Amino acid sequence: MATQHSRSVARFMMAPAVILLLGWMLVPLTMTLYFSFKKYLPLRGGDLGWVGFDNYVRFVSSSTFWPAVQATLVIVGGVLAITVVLGILLAMLLDQPMWGQGVVRILVIAPFFVMPTVSALVWKNMFMDPVNGLLAHLWRFFGAEPISWLSEASMTSIVMIVSWQWLPFATLILLTAIQSLDSEQLEAAEMDGAPPLKRFYHIILPHLGRAITIVILIQTIFLLSIFAEIFVTTGGAFGTRTLTYLIFQRVLESQNVGLGSAGGVYAIILANIVAIFLMRIVGKNLDA
Amino acid sequence: MGRIQLKSVTKSFGDVQVIPPLDLTIEDGEFTVFVGPSGCGKSTLLRLIAGLEDMTSGTIDIDGSDATDVPPAKRGLAMVFQSYALYPHMTVRKNIAFPLRMAKLDQAEIDRRVEGAASVLNLADYLDRRPGQLSGGQRQRVAIGRAIVREPAAFLFDEPLSNLDAALRVGMRLEISELHERLETTMIYVTHDQVEAMTMADKIVVLQAGVIEQVGSPLELYRTPRNLFVAGFIGSPKMNFFEGEEAAKHNAHTIGIRPEHIAVSNTEGTWSGIVSVSEHLGSDTFFHVHETGLAETLTVRADGEVDFRHGDRIHLTPRSDVIHRFDAQGLRIG
Repeated sequence: MATQHSRSVARFMMAPAVILLLGWMLVPLTMTLYFSFKKYLPLRGGDLGWVGFDNYVRFVSSSTFWPAVQATLVIVGGVLAITVVLGILLAMLLDQPMWGQGVVRILVIAPFFVMPTVSALVWKNMFMDPVNGLLAHLWRFFGAEPISWLSEASMTSIVMIVSWQWLPFATLILLTAIQSLDSEQLEAAEMDGAPPLKRFYHIILPHLGRAITIVILIQTIFLLSIFAEIFVTTGGAFGTRTLTYLIFQRVLESQNVGLGSAGGVYAIILANIVAIFLMRIVGKNLDA
Repeated sequence: MGRIQLKSVTKSFGDVQVIPPLDLTIEDGEFTVFVGPSGCGKSTLLRLIAGLEDMTSGTIDIDGSDATDVPPAKRGLAMVFQSYALYPHMTVRKNIAFPLRMAKLDQAEIDRRVEGAASVLNLADYLDRRPGQLSGGQRQRVAIGRAIVREPAAFLFDEPLSNLDAALRVGMRLEISELHERLETTMIYVTHDQVEAMTMADKIVVLQAGVIEQVGSPLELYRTPRNLFVAGFIGSPKMNFFEGEEAAKHNAHTIGIRPEHIAVSNTEGTWSGIVSVSEHLGSDTFFHVHETGLAETLTVRADGEVDFRHGDRIHLTPRSDVIHRFDAQGLRIG
């Protein structure tokens, strides 16, 4: 009896938090779904009635849709590749015993604490400015013509900025994974005649496998929705309009709430597919 | 094939010298055990031989050629680690085949050697499992299998049985001894357990603080320990030591007598005391005797049938021919 009582008391006391969180999720979700089936143009006549799946069809068949998908994939893929590869290398470097290890580790984490808007602005004005930017000075120092990064190499620039932000996350997760590797395994492999590169390939990389999967999935979820970096740098111009940015433009710039909401629903479905994979892998990790 | 010779080898970590100059020869085919208390440098010595640690000075010869600067993989030695160090993401077959794959042997030869090792070690049914699905004893055998397929000049064992339970340890001890009989390869075995040392070794090297205290066969060490440390370390239960008047009777600073060399009686004897604890093992009984006037506690081994209880008066007679005598420096006399 006692346990049953305490269980119902526990449920009762948790209820406010659960209801709040549920509402926080359900209200926007329902509104998005609701608007996605409507022709709703706030400045051009407001609610113009139900249109069925019209918005969904129009969002996908628009000439901007596929370029936006491509831009999203390039950014997500590029950032993932850079952060995972550099993350593994940095993690192995930080795992070496060295003087000032604690300070170096904090410095490595630092970019993660900078707000996306701020870091994008710093990159835009301090590094990538074609006249006064540090990179422009560096180019001129070597006698080269400075690049106007954000217009000429817009995709590269955004991938660079976002990678800089996410590299600490990847490094941290991979570093903890590397630290859990039994050093006797590496010594055994050394005695078994494996040179350093083979030790990396046969021992370290398989050991990091699960950590790499987790880094990829978590980052994918967040990278699919990057917005501030694009908003403050290119504003979606020069081929950097991602799916998220397209939705933003549909809703706020074209003032077409219905069309934007339909795009939002596509994004929800996409993020959930990734999330299901993530939960399975994390769940498996907890079982083992 | 596997003669290993260390010449004035030293090892320092920073300013701390853990191994002062040390000379040691391990003959081909010998089962040598390094034994000593924790932190005596026995594992460091093994890692120096393996090449996993660099020597500060000195040379090491393997098979008559200088191996001081040869990397671990090229020394032709195989090591079994305390944690087994199996590769968790590989099956047992791949674990055992790993050194052969690294040596770029052809697949038929690899298969032949892996099957051979698996049948020797009773692992044939487990070849497609992963280390995580095996018991402690099976993992230990996989680690040994990974070592024997390389057909090394010598095997190095770093406390391989310390993670196993007592019953399994006795079993694995036998298996390793049998393996040595069959392969006739040099084996170097590190342990802190003097029972393992006594039962398995051809030659025991007793170490303390990086210094070799004595080298010899198990019975040599048991019968004629060179100093107090070896006398106290080899043999279980520990040897009894007395100083003072009783030692002076034998013209020594300290004398030692093993518990099994003292006869017990309830009527008469050279010494007498009160039993504080009696441990009945069935085959033997150990008495811890107080108030003998010789030392704090005296340990005596008697037959399993002898029955004394706490508080009983007991009379003891040492066998005079096996009393060990030591001088003031702790070195053996005679």
